[in-house]
Amino acid sequence: MPAAELLFNAALIAYVLGAAAGLFLAAGPARARFAAFLLALAGASLELVSSALACIQGLNLSWSLPCGVPLFSWTVRLDPLSSFFSLALALLGVAVSIFSFGYLRDWQGRKNIGILGFFYNLLLLSLALVFTASNAFFFLLAWEVMALAAYCLVSFEHEKEETRKAGILFLIMSHTGTGLLLIAFLTLASIAHGLDFTSFHGLASTLPAWQSGAVFVLFFLGFGVKAGVIPIHVWLPAAHPVAPSNISALMSGIVIKAGIYGLARVCFDFFDVAPLWAGILVLSIGVLSALLGVLYALMEHDLKRLLAYHSIENIGIILIGFGASMMFHSLGHSNLAALALIAGLYHTLNHAIFKCLLFLAAGSVLHSTRTRNMDRMGGLIRSMPVTSLFFLIGAVAISGLPPLNGFVSEWLTYQALLAGFGTTHSLTRVLFPLAGALLALTAALAAACFVKAFGITFLALPRSEEAETAHEAPFSMQLGMAILAAACVALGLGATWFLPIFDPLTQQALGLRISSELLAANSFALTAGSPHSGTVSTAGIAASLVLISLVPALLQLAWARRARQSTGPVWDCGLPALTAENEYTATAFSKPLRMIFSALYRPRREIQAEYDVSPYYPTAIRFESEIEPAFEKHLYDPLKRRVLALAGRMRAIQAGSIHAYLAYIFITLILLLLFGVRG
Amino acid sequence: MTQGFLKILVQLILLLAVSPLLSGFIKKLKARLQTRRGPGLVQPYRDLYKLLRKGMVLPDTASWLFHATPYFVLITAATAGLMVPMLSAEAPLGLFGGVLAVVYLLGLGRFLTALAGLDTGSSFGGLGSSREMTISALAEPAMMLAIFTVAIGANSTSLSEIARAAIGQQWRFLAPSQMLAFVALFLVLIAETGRIPVDNPATHLELTMIHEAMILEYSGPYLAFIEWGAAVKQMLLMTLLINCFWPFGLETSWSFASVLASLGYLLLKLMALSCVVVLVETTNAKMRLFRVPEMLAVAFTLGALALVSTFLF
Repeated sequence: MPAAELLFNAALIAYVLGAAAGLFLAAGPARARFAAFLLALAGASLELVSSALACIQGLNLSWSLPCGVPLFSWTVRLDPLSSFFSLALALLGVAVSIFSFGYLRDWQGRKNIGILGFFYNLLLLSLALVFTASNAFFFLLAWEVMALAAYCLVSFEHEKEETRKAGILFLIMSHTGTGLLLIAFLTLASIAHGLDFTSFHGLASTLPAWQSGAVFVLFFLGFGVKAGVIPIHVWLPAAHPVAPSNISALMSGIVIKAGIYGLARVCFDFFDVAPLWAGILVLSIGVLSALLGVLYALMEHDLKRLLAYHSIENIGIILIGFGASMMFHSLGHSNLAALALIAGLYHTLNHAIFKCLLFLAAGSVLHSTRTRNMDRMGGLIRSMPVTSLFFLIGAVAISGLPPLNGFVSEWLTYQALLAGFGTTHSLTRVLFPLAGALLALTAALAAACFVKAFGITFLALPRSEEAETAHEAPFSMQLGMAILAAACVALGLGATWFLPIFDPLTQQALGLRISSELLAANSFALTAGSPHSGTVSTAGIAASLVLISLVPALLQLAWARRARQSTGPVWDCGLPALTAENEYTATAFSKPLRMIFSALYRPRREIQAEYDVSPYYPTAIRFESEIEPAFEKHLYDPLKRRVLALAGRMRAIQAGSIHAYLAYIFITLILLLLFGVRG
Repeated sequence: MTQGFLKILVQLILLLAVSPLLSGFIKKLKARLQTRRGPGLVQPYRDLYKLLRKGMVLPDTASWLFHATPYFVLITAATAGLMVPMLSAEAPLGLFGGVLAVVYLLGLGRFLTALAGLDTGSSFGGLGSSREMTISALAEPAMMLAIFTVAIGANSTSLSEIARAAIGQQWRFLAPSQMLAFVALFLVLIAETGRIPVDNPATHLELTMIHEAMILEYSGPYLAFIEWGAAVKQMLLMTLLINCFWPFGLETSWSFASVLASLGYLLLKLMALSCVVVLVETTNAKMRLFRVPEMLAVAFTLGALALVSTFLF
C-alpha cells in the first residue's frame, strides 16, 4: 500500500476520532477542546503529508474505503486535481486547528465546545472526501454532510437572530444547488451506466449539444452557489461573518473552493473540451463577480463582511483564469489553456491561504475587541502588533502586490489574457483585454479596500473603549496565523520553485506539461511561455528591494545621521486636541467611490438635526446612510414573493385530510406504474 | 554578473540624479509660461539636501508603519525604474519584471503611503488616502488597456521587448492605435503623477490636495525620501511613455558610446514631454474631484479604441 494512501486513510480516521471525541467529551469543555482539535490537527497534518506526496510525485491512486456499509462503492481517488485541493485543505486545516486552541478558550462555559469540535472535524472529513470521492453518490453524500456541518457551524451562535437568518439562507441556497447537481449527475450516470467518475471522463462532450449545454449549466449553477459567484452569492456575505472566526476562515478559505473544485472537475474532466460559449460564460461571470464583489466590499464597515465580499471577488479572479483556459482549449491553444489553468489554480491556492489568514486575524481582533464594526476600532497596531503584521501581510498578498503570492497568480492571469488576444482571431478575442482591464480595476479597488480595512482597523487612534483596551492574541493563535503568513511569502518568493507541482495537473486536464516552458533564467524567473513574452521574478524583486534599500540607508548615514527626532501632536486645525472623532472612518474613506459608482449603489442618506435656538447650533444630529442591496431587492425579493404565492396556492391540496393524502399516494403510484410499463 | 551590477548602478544613479532636475525643469518652465521667474533649475536638489539635514517632528499617533513608508516609497520607485529601458533598450532589471511589475511596484509604494496617511489619525491624511486610492483605482483600467495595446504590438509585457519592437518600426507611433494609446497613457500619467488638472503638487489647500494631504505630517529626511521617490516615479513614467512610443535614439546595446547617445536623446525627449505636461498644466484649471472620473473614463475609452483599432488597421 503506497504511503500516500495509508496516510490519507489515517487522516480520515483521525477526523472521525476527533468528531467522536468532541461528541463524547462535551461534558468537559477543556478536555473536549484539546481532544477534538488535537485530533483535527493530527488529521490535517497527515492529510498534508499525504497530499503533498501525491502532488509532488503526480500520483494517481484509487482505492475503496472499507467502511462496511454496502450502499455503493466508497471509492476514493487521489489524482492530481484532488490532491491539489486536498493539499490546500490540509494546510488550512493545520493552521486553523492550531488557531482554535487559543481562540476557543474564551468560549468555554459559554457554549458547547464539544459540539463545535464535532462539527469541525466532520467538516474537515467531508471536505477531504468531497475533494477525493470518485463516485457520484459518494461525492453527493460528502457534499451534503459538508453543507450540513457548515450549516451547524454557521448557526453555532444561534441565539442571535442575524445568525439564524443567515444559516437558513445558506441552507436553502446550498440545497437548491445540490438539487441541480443531483440532476446533472443523474443525467451523466444514466448515459455512462455507472456512477464512477472514471466512467464520466470526457462523457459530457459526447452528448448532443443541447444536452451537454444543459448539463454544463446545471453543474455551473450547482457548484457556483457553493463558490459564491454573482448573482447566486447572497448567502455568502450573510453566512461567513456570523460564524465563529475560525469557521469563517475555513468557510471562506476552503469550503467555497469545493465549488471551484467541482467546476474544475466538470470543465476539465467530465468535458473533454467544453464548448466555447461555456468558456465565455465562465469568463464573463468571473469578471462580473470580481468587480461587483470588490465594489460591495468597499462599502462594508463590518470587517468580516468585507472579507466575505472579497471572497466573491477572488472567486471571480479564479473563474477568469478558468474561463480563459476553457476558451483557449476549445479554440485549440493547449499551451495557453494550460497557462490560464495554472493561473486559476494558483490563485485558488493563494486565495485559500491569504483569505484564511485574514479571517484568522479578523478573528483575533474580534476576540479582543468584541466588535466587527471597523468604525469602532483603530490603533490596534500598538496593542496587537503581531496580529496587525499578519493582517498586513495578508492585505498586501490579496491586493496582488509584489513580491507576495497574490501578485504571482494575477501576473499569470494577465499574461494568459494578453497572449489570448495575440493568438486568437475571432471577435471573441476582444474579451481578453477587456477582462484584463477590468481585472486591473478590480485589483486596484481591492488595494483601496485593504488600505481601508487595515488603516481603519489597526492604525491611528482607538475609536472606542474596546479598541483602547485590546490585547494581543495568545501564542497558539499567533502560530496559526504565522503558518499561513509564511505560506504567503513562500508561494510568492518561491513561485518558480513551486510551479512544477502543476505539471501532473495540466497533464491530467489538458494532456501537456508546460512548467519547464514557464521558467526562464535557470528557474529564476517566470515567463508566459517564452522569455520573449515577458518575465517576472518575485525573488529578484525582493532581492532588489533589499539591495536598493542601501540608497536611503546611505543617504541617512551621510547626511541625516545627526537629524534630531522629536514627537509632537498632529495638526488638528487649531482644536484643543486631536481625538478619535477627527479621524476618517471606514464609511468616510469609501465616500468618493460611493459617489462615483452611485448608479450601482443607489446610496440613501438621511440627516436630521435637532436644535434649540439656531440651526447653526444643533443639539443632536441623527445620520443614517445605506446602499441598496441590488440583488436582494431586484432578484431575490420578487423570487421569494413568487415562491410564497405559489406555496399559498399549493395549500389548497394540503387540506390535512388523511383520505385526500391516501388518494394522492394512490394516484402517484398508478402514474408511476404507467410510466414504468411504458418505459 | 559585474556587468549586470554596473548597468544597475549606472541607471540607478541616473534615476536618482536626474529626477530632481526634471522636477526643477518642469517647475521652471511652468513659471516662465506664467511670466514668473520661478525657482532655479537646481532648487529641488537644494530642497532635498536641506530636508535630509533637518530634524524631524513625528506625530505622536504614528506607528512603525509611518517610519517604514518613506523608505519603501523610494525603494519601490527606484526598483521599478530599473525595469524601464532608459539608456538602452535592455533594462538592467528587465529579467525581474516588465510593465506589470512596474505598475504593481508603484502600487505597493502607493499602498503604504496611503496607510501612512491614515496612520497619523489626522483627517487630512485620511482624506488624501481615500482620494488617492480612488483616483489610482480608476486610472488603472485605462492604463492596462493602453499597456495591452502596446504589449500586443510586441507580443510581450517585457519593456525591453516593447522598446525593441518600437525601434524596429520607428514611425509606428503614427498608427491610430498607437496614437490613441499614447493619449490614454498621457492622461493616466497626469493622474498618476498628481499634476493639474487632477491634483496640484504646489498646493496645501485642504479642499483640493490629494497626494500632499497623505504626506502632510512628514518632515525632514522622511519627507526627502518621499519627494525623491515621487520625482523618480515621475521620471520613470515619462520615460516609459517616451521609449514605448518614440524610441528615437535609443540603442539596443550597453556600449559606452551608445549609452551616452541614448542619454542625450533621453534628456531631449524628457524635456519635450515636460513641455507638453507644462502646457496642459498651464492651460487647464484644476478639476473638481468628481470630474476626475470623467477624464479617466475618456482615457479608458481611448484605450479601448486603441485596442480595437490594432486589428482594424
